[in-house]
Amino acid sequence: MSDLMKVSSNPHVRSKVTTSSIMLAVIVALLPAAGFGIYNFGVDALILIVVTVATTVFTEYAYEKLMGKKVTIGDYSSVVTGLLLALNLPSSAPWWIGVLGGMFAILAVKMLFGGLGQNFMNPALAARCFLLISFTSIMTNFECDTYTGATPLAALKSGESLDILSMVIGKTSGTIGETSMIAIVLGACFLVLLGVIDLRIPGSYIVSFVIFICLFGGHGVNTAYISAHLAGGGLMLGAFFMATDYVTRPITKAGQYVFGILLGILTGIFRIFGPSAEGVSYAIIIGNLLVPLIEKSTPPKAFGTKGGKRA
Amino acid sequence: MAKLTFVGGIHPFDGKDMSKDKPIKEVLPKGDLVYPLSQHIGAPATPIVAKGDHVLTGQKIAEASGFVSAPIYATVSGTVKAIEPRRVVTGDNVMSIVVENDGRYSEVAYSPVDSYEELTKEQIIGRVKEAGVVGMGGAGFPTFIKLSPKEPEKIEYVIVNCAECEPYLTSDYRRMLEEPEKLVQGLKIILHLFGNARGILAVEDNKPDCIELLKKLTKDEGRISVKALKTKYPQGAERQIIFASTGRSINSSMLPADAGCVVDNVDTVVAVYHAVMLGKPLMNRIVTVTGDAIADPRNFIVRIGTNYHELVEEAGGFKEKPVKIISGGPMMGFGIFDLDVPTTKTASALLCLTQDDVSRMEPSACINCGKCVEACPSRIVPRRLADYAESYREEAFLAENGMECCECGCCSYVCPAKRPLTQTIKSMRKMQLAKRKKK
Repeated sequence: MSDLMKVSSNPHVRSKVTTSSIMLAVIVALLPAAGFGIYNFGVDALILIVVTVATTVFTEYAYEKLMGKKVTIGDYSSVVTGLLLALNLPSSAPWWIGVLGGMFAILAVKMLFGGLGQNFMNPALAARCFLLISFTSIMTNFECDTYTGATPLAALKSGESLDILSMVIGKTSGTIGETSMIAIVLGACFLVLLGVIDLRIPGSYIVSFVIFICLFGGHGVNTAYISAHLAGGGLMLGAFFMATDYVTRPITKAGQYVFGILLGILTGIFRIFGPSAEGVSYAIIIGNLLVPLIEKSTPPKAFGTKGGKRA
Repeated sequence: MAKLTFVGGIHPFDGKDMSKDKPIKEVLPKGDLVYPLSQHIGAPATPIVAKGDHVLTGQKIAEASGFVSAPIYATVSGTVKAIEPRRVVTGDNVMSIVVENDGRYSEVAYSPVDSYEELTKEQIIGRVKEAGVVGMGGAGFPTFIKLSPKEPEKIEYVIVNCAECEPYLTSDYRRMLEEPEKLVQGLKIILHLFGNARGILAVEDNKPDCIELLKKLTKDEGRISVKALKTKYPQGAERQIIFASTGRSINSSMLPADAGCVVDNVDTVVAVYHAVMLGKPLMNRIVTVTGDAIADPRNFIVRIGTNYHELVEEAGGFKEKPVKIISGGPMMGFGIFDLDVPTTKTASALLCLTQDDVSRMEPSACINCGKCVEACPSRIVPRRLADYAESYREEAFLAENGMECCECGCCSYVCPAKRPLTQTIKSMRKMQLAKRKKK
């Protein structure tokens, strides 16, 4: 009997892409932003990143061990969550902010809803918003050794003029990973080239956001104003790395465009009409909550179901 | 001009280099020949020989029963040893006629014609029917039915499916290179039946030599054109090839004829040529014997009924121990647990692999990446349909077009979590189809 072959239903071959290879690609793509953050904000940033990632990985491991479930930290998804969360923290935040945020992200948002693939909102962003509401002064304190002033977006809101070039490069204050547009776009290009993400969501997000601020920003079509909004704050990091989070974005193509446009509008509303200069995190988690509705209203048309003879 | 193609699809490792450069070799069977009575879609054939009868090569041994059915012919001369259930590639035991080969290959006399134009359309279709020609790409649908639609004047395209999009398979490629005249003749015969139709030889562009050769052969044929399609799986699926070559789309409940098309595979068209011009029944087919476990991968012209063991022997045996053996291609073929099964009319390949991707890769949680949606040529959402199938949510499955799945396997192939999407959807479809039948 040992000579019998393995049988299975077709197809019998599988692509080499796995969940962990995708997560690894995302980690690599976040390295430029993380690296620039460490360069920009110093060793505080490095410590916060390490603490946060260690927390998310350990929390997932401990939860699964305690619950007698299969340990899944090998898929690296908790590393991605930890890294994204850390990049969304100000470098001046104390270490326990990273620990608390990491535990909240993994436990409350991810594991309690069933683990990987089941969370209804982006764990890193949910944790960030949790921290932002609970520890507002810590989370909005962007003072550190290198920078003392307000973040570019806050300055923009109060009508100060900005140096766009240093914003694009990232030599400004802000959270660890959001300041450098160049580093973020570099990582995003890597993901697009690998086919891990596509431009449907980031593209429609950014375009609709730009249209929104042109209409309602009070500056008309002003290049400097638009560039400041694009390069400042969490828009780039959010559009390329968090709005594209597989689990919490619509799976259908049409749904992804709707999702992107919705995020653009929400971000515009929060940034222009809200009390805070920021808005990306809230826009994305609200968008996440609307995903089931978006998916329901954008069912794809199956091939040939129009019934017509000619396409 | 944009390349002719469809939306979705995948680019798996194609493995065609192993076998594509070696000429087709004939295999003479040594052991018993086994003819399952059901090697086509439709009613099983009815045996017209009895145990102990002597049969000749080309003699009819089983008669078509019912409209959708096909006769079966002996492919060697010898004695009928038994009529009993034998195992086939699907793992089922199917009633089969077993013939002991006497090694003499004495043949019956055929009735060739000089030109198909001396035959009426009914005679041509009759010859195809009588020869037991069925779709040899894998489905096994009796060809004469395709050739006699209700309104033949409404057929505008006769598409020869030369895509051969399944990885590893090179049988159509070799056939096109070695016997292109028969292919073109076969197409001309079919075109003769449909006065308003144009012929399309639809070839994937990874076979530029075939495209050039066929173009040269058909340059004076006003009604035939050669179309190069983008190389992508499943370019050769019926609905996809119709869309790519004519821009028309049909769904699962429509027939190609509804879009004015008739689609036949390369080997089938050659079989039509043999049936009509030479009066020869369908007795052999080309089988690619390949895979990294095979010593000398190549194509063989095989008498139907030949045991798979003999094909492996002809290909130099195993150079490494195979772990998985597939009858057909890796995307849509059948995994078989041992080699003791016969070659049938629809067996395009015997693929022997030293690794099994399926058992090597454990399924894990879906991360909603959407790769299955991107790859799906039927443009449905495999991830959700598989969920519905797992929890048997029939209504949701049907409402979201689960029945439009063509079981091509793209979703399972691309899934990074290695979830058996196609397989899950397929079993739900089977249950639904069975239910429909009962009604």
